[in-house]
Amino acid sequence: MAEVLVLAELNPAGGGVRKTTLEALTAARALGEPSAVVIAAPGTAAGIKDALAEYGAATVYVAEAAEVDEFLVAPKAEVLAQLVQEKSPAAVVIPSSPEGKEIAARLAIKIGSGFLTDVTEIAADGTATQVAFAGSVIVHSKVTAGTPIYTLRGNSVTPEPAAAAGAEQAVSVSVSDAAKGAKVTDRVVEQKSSRPELTEAAIVVSGGRGVASAENFSVIEGLADSLGAAVGASRAAVDSGFYPHSFQVGQTGKTVSPQLYVAVGISGAIQHRAGMQTSKTIVAINKDPEAPIFELADFGVIGDLNTVVPQATELITARK
Amino acid sequence: MNIVVLVKQVPDSGSERKMDPADNTVARAAADNVVNEIDEYAIEEALVVKEAQGGEVTVLTVGPDSATDAIRKALSMGADKAVHISDEAIKGSDAVQISAVLAAALGQLEYDLIICGAEATDSQMSVMPALLAERLGLPQLSGARKLTVDGGVAKIERQTDGGYWAVEAPLPAIVSTWDTINEPRYPSFKGIMAAKKKPVETKSLADIGVDASTVGLANATTQVVDFAGRPPKGEGVKVTDEGDGAQKFVDFLAGQKIV
Repeated sequence: MAEVLVLAELNPAGGGVRKTTLEALTAARALGEPSAVVIAAPGTAAGIKDALAEYGAATVYVAEAAEVDEFLVAPKAEVLAQLVQEKSPAAVVIPSSPEGKEIAARLAIKIGSGFLTDVTEIAADGTATQVAFAGSVIVHSKVTAGTPIYTLRGNSVTPEPAAAAGAEQAVSVSVSDAAKGAKVTDRVVEQKSSRPELTEAAIVVSGGRGVASAENFSVIEGLADSLGAAVGASRAAVDSGFYPHSFQVGQTGKTVSPQLYVAVGISGAIQHRAGMQTSKTIVAINKDPEAPIFELADFGVIGDLNTVVPQATELITARK
Repeated sequence: MNIVVLVKQVPDSGSERKMDPADNTVARAAADNVVNEIDEYAIEEALVVKEAQGGEVTVLTVGPDSATDAIRKALSMGADKAVHISDEAIKGSDAVQISAVLAAALGQLEYDLIICGAEATDSQMSVMPALLAERLGLPQLSGARKLTVDGGVAKIERQTDGGYWAVEAPLPAIVSTWDTINEPRYPSFKGIMAAKKKPVETKSLADIGVDASTVGLANATTQVVDFAGRPPKGEGVKVTDEGDGAQKFVDFLAGQKIV
């Protein structure tokens, strides 16, 4: 069976691989037998090898060196390109984070391939599905040059275990000077949150301009916590200073595709729809019955969020 | 400090955007075309750096004749001159091919810094800085929410989930910006008038030494096989809160087995 290389993405907060890696391993099985690639600081692979094997990695290539983490993107692309040249895989699948897409881009140039970003599905013949124009168009695409490279959008494939050997194979790492141009001097966490990460969460509760103040976002957070959800915000809410930019869902923010998306006090401008339109189930709570968000909603409540949301939070908490 | 700003003209994301069924590419000719929104932040950032350190800001775009509108906008904000790569053969090119065209055009310009927007609203790939950094052998400072340039070194805060990474590189380097980096200025009347007299150089593929047989739809590294409108959602349930809205919402979630 053809080998498919899957780049493992680590949880930035520490503690294992991101769910997107398991999704990528699952999606890669359509094309062949997945092998995981760990390109990270020394001592990383030991803690994640079992999870990679559980989700189908026949081989786990371990390329550990301090310098792959000290410089932005380029060293990882270089190591991955070396491995592609050595193993001639049928394809490469990478989780679709900002870094993942940039690694894919550099890899494409290095190995003379085409690449497709933010795919939501990969078929056995290599055809990938993508969502274009704020979720309004579904596109099927193919890579027509070289070894196909895909980046898989988070939450679009359900990770399924498929135990495999996970045989560890060390890869020697030599990073060229050219790849050491952009040095990462610090990694700063400004918002520590016990909530799930926005792009990975099964449920997202977002607030918009209707929330009316930064303080009142506690109403949104309350509902989110009762559901075990991530909190998001519309651009209008972020621009008004109600919530930090890193939680912005939309065209110029994050794209999310959870099982449930609850839009509270969000009118549903194209800017916002672009980031959440592919969510499985959408609920809207808004006092304006004409708000365009209702066109997308599977369930809508026309009402004052300050009444409806705290009540719903109480009811959900009471059910537990 | 000479800066090249990359600008892309895109169909307005607020309008209905379409694919062209004739060749499965983005329908650009009939679209309501505007400057890619995040590029305005890149232009602003270039102007801020220039105003502090002197030098020139050159706008570089690849696109059809109509892309001159995007160039004029950048010039009216304060950029000094522009280079417009326009060639019929480019139509239908993918990101890998466009990066080759941009890299060739950049090879004919003098720069200390290249600045572009982090993402275009039409393709939403966010890969051009990485592609160009790879092709040109430049340090990649992508996804910036803050940029400082001092003593031949560029430093950025790369926006991440819940924070940032501090990243620095010697010049020349390529920087991409998010819309958190600044607040773009509006072109003044004086700026709009002055823009009309600023030099815009139009170049063909031959002018920048790119072989036409390497670009365009027929030679692309990826291909759109087919496309379809997303199936419309079935009519949802809508209730008006009369004291029972929250209960109905929770009942709906229970029906979906979410709670």
